[in-house]
Order: sequence, then structure tokens, then C-alpha cells
Amino acid sequence: MKALIEQIRDRAAELLSSGRVDCVIGYKQGTVPMQEQPFFAHTPEDARQLTWSVFCTQNLANFLINRPGKNAVLAKGCVSRSIVGLIKENQIDRDDVYILGIHSPGMVGASKVQERFPGKVLHQVTLEGGELVVQGLDFTEKVPFDEVRRDNCITCTHRNATLYDEFIGEKGEETGGGDIDKVAAPWDALNPDERWESFNQTFQDCIRCYACRNACPLCYCDTCFVDEHNPQWCGKGQQQTDIQTFHLLRAFHCAGRCVDCGACESACPMGIRMRLLTSRLELNVREKYQYSPGLDMESVPPLSYYRQDDPEINSD
Amino acid sequence: MSKWEPKIMAFLCNWCSYGAADLAGVGRLQYSPGIKVIRLPCSGGMNPKYILQAFRHGMDGVWVSGCHPGDCHYLSGNMYARRRFVMFRDLVEYVGLEPGRLHFSWISAAEAGKFQETARKVVAAVKTLGPAKRLVKDIQGEII
Repeated sequence: MKALIEQIRDRAAELLSSGRVDCVIGYKQGTVPMQEQPFFAHTPEDARQLTWSVFCTQNLANFLINRPGKNAVLAKGCVSRSIVGLIKENQIDRDDVYILGIHSPGMVGASKVQERFPGKVLHQVTLEGGELVVQGLDFTEKVPFDEVRRDNCITCTHRNATLYDEFIGEKGEETGGGDIDKVAAPWDALNPDERWESFNQTFQDCIRCYACRNACPLCYCDTCFVDEHNPQWCGKGQQQTDIQTFHLLRAFHCAGRCVDCGACESACPMGIRMRLLTSRLELNVREKYQYSPGLDMESVPPLSYYRQDDPEINSD
Repeated sequence: MSKWEPKIMAFLCNWCSYGAADLAGVGRLQYSPGIKVIRLPCSGGMNPKYILQAFRHGMDGVWVSGCHPGDCHYLSGNMYARRRFVMFRDLVEYVGLEPGRLHFSWISAAEAGKFQETARKVVAAVKTLGPAKRLVKDIQGEII
């Protein structure tokens, strides 16, 4: 990892000093454990602050939208897939972005680690070998890295960047080991009442902070439907129906576009698993329209396209 | 207290299903008065938030109807609508909305009989489910 960080810093410094790009978007060490923060390096000196670890959970593609100048971006598999999607949707100009591809080691789900230390404050978490060393005020414990990877990293299918101008380090294993098709729709086996109950329980803690929306590179509308008045589609408060309307529509807006980067879940302060909805939609898209977003520049997003022989709406 | 009749929000395409409803009226074909019609320029203009809004305001069922595939006035609106609707209905039924609350049909402007038949089917399906309880926001005094 250390060698990789040096490589990232060197390449970023070269790109900046040669004037090839105005800014390199990457991560720098965060102020709280298990959360590296996005960092915008404008000078070769800035580039020394760039880092790379198993805590880089944010999707940097988000910052390319409407960003002036030429930018380089550090892109693991999911970030590069988001960039492909945004280029297709005309949100990013391919010529204005320089993609530094990288292989993702899989990212840590901070809430999964915190769950193991209920009520305790974690001061420092570092990766050593295959284990996370978790330090608090009066304890130091080791947690196997594989057990606290994010759900979407376990079921990841493209850990190497799919689109890049240069690749940093070696390409590695493509899949995270899990099978997304098997875990994408856990509520399918339930009856409608049980589904409703699970749905309620999953989302009842939502505080409507919109962190999931803001972290998502797909949510770039000038005016989000939750901010619209007259008609108001969705109330502002924490009333159950408002929360559910928000999450249903947010998920639906991502249908056929979501690359399962997990930024929404990582950003959520309440630990809500909103991927339950998006992964189900993506499963549906794969089954019905044989499409996975962000893999190539040619295919058309499924909901912007149709075929005469599409699956018919089954009549009741 | 009168017997409960379901309230159904029907989103009908201007060029086909709305015409069919008109024809059904002219032909004196009977169907439930609980069906409230909103005319859309095309079923492709159907936004999922309209459906959620209808439930939110206390409708017991939603029925969207457009032109037969291939017959769209705007050539392809209903084909996009089909994909969108398939995805959306799967999503809301996945989270526990009872199957039978949300309906979709293809009805051309000449098919008044099919309109009546489908209207009856939709009302019957919603009737067996009873008043909507899910995705409803109890807004006092606010009526569509």
C-alpha cells in the first residue's frame, strides 16, 4: 500500500507540474478514523497529501460534475464505472478528465467495525496485514479485514478501473468473492406483509439528511424532487410515508445507472442499508434488459432505450 | 354508513385510453364511479412520483393505461413507459405494496368494451384488498 501511495503522489505531482491537469482529485487522510476525505490537489506540493487506503469510501466521480478545467481523478472500479455513466449522460466531457485507474482492495464498512465496539469511541484504525488494528482509549483489538468489508465490496464485480488513461500499480482480482445475484433481493422470499415490515424497519431511522443523495454521483439534478413544492411530492419531515417516498424515488432514479459503489451507505449517519432497493433494481435490469451500467461507452442506459420484444407487463 | 367503494386514480393517455373512456361514456357502458381520471399527453409522460402521490393522498389503487405497443401517437412513448412501469411496479411490490393496487393496461381509442372490462377488473382487485394503508400520508382536508 505504501509503494502505491508514493506512486499516486508522484504521478499526481507530475501531472500537475507538467500542466496537463489543473487539479488532481484523490483522498487524503480524514480527521476521523475509517473515513478518508476527498482531496483536491492543485500544486505538486499538495500532491504529497494524497493517500490511498481501505477507507476511501466516497465516490470521487461526484466531484467531476460541473467542475471547470481539466481534472485528474483517482478511480477504483466503481468510480470509473460512475465516470463512464456520467460521460454517457453528458455530465462530464471525456477530454477534460484524466483517469488514474487503480485496483480497489475493498473498502471497510465503518458501521460494521463500530458495531463490534458498541458504545466505545475508536481513536485509530489501521490496516496491518490482513487485519484491522482498532485502538480506543483503553483497548487495542484486531479485527479480520475480510469480515468488515462493505457489503457492496464483498459482491463487487469490477475492482479494477474499467476506463482509465493510466493504471497505477498492478491490476488485481476482479471480484470481491460474493455473488450479487444471490444477495440482491433478500425480501423476494417474503410475503407482502413481511416485506412491508422489513421495509419499515430498514428505513425508520432515516433523519432525511440527504447524505445518501449528496454522496451519489447519479444525483445531479438542479432541483431534486424532494425540494420541489407545488406540487410537493414528498414532505420534509420524518413521517413514515415521506421517508419511504424519498427512498423509493431516490432508488428508482438510479435504476439502470447504479454501479453499486456503496457511497450512499457509507455516507449514512444512521447506518441505513439503502442498497437493498438499488441492488434489487439493478438485478431486475440485468435479468430483464441484460445491462450492467458503466462497463462500456457504447451501450445505451436501459431506461433510455426500448425494444419491441421487451418483457410485457404481466396482466393481472 | 354506505358500503365502501375503492377510489382509483386512472392516468389515461390522451390518444387512446382517454378516447376509450369517452367512447364508453357515449355508449353508456357502466363502470364504477370511484375511478377518477387524469388525462396524460402520453403514457410515456407518466412519472412514478405521480403514482406515489396518488397513494400518498389516499387513493386505494392506481391504474395507468396507454396505447398498444407500436401504436403510440409519439411513436415510442409507451415503449419507454413499459420499461419504466415494469421496473417501478417490481420495486413497490418488492417493498410490500400489495400486488393488485397498481395496474397497467393497453387500450386503444376504439376499445370501449375493453375499457369497461378493465375498469371492472381493477375495481374488483382493489376491492378485495380493502382501503389502502401503505404509502398513505393522512393529510387532513387535503383532497386531490
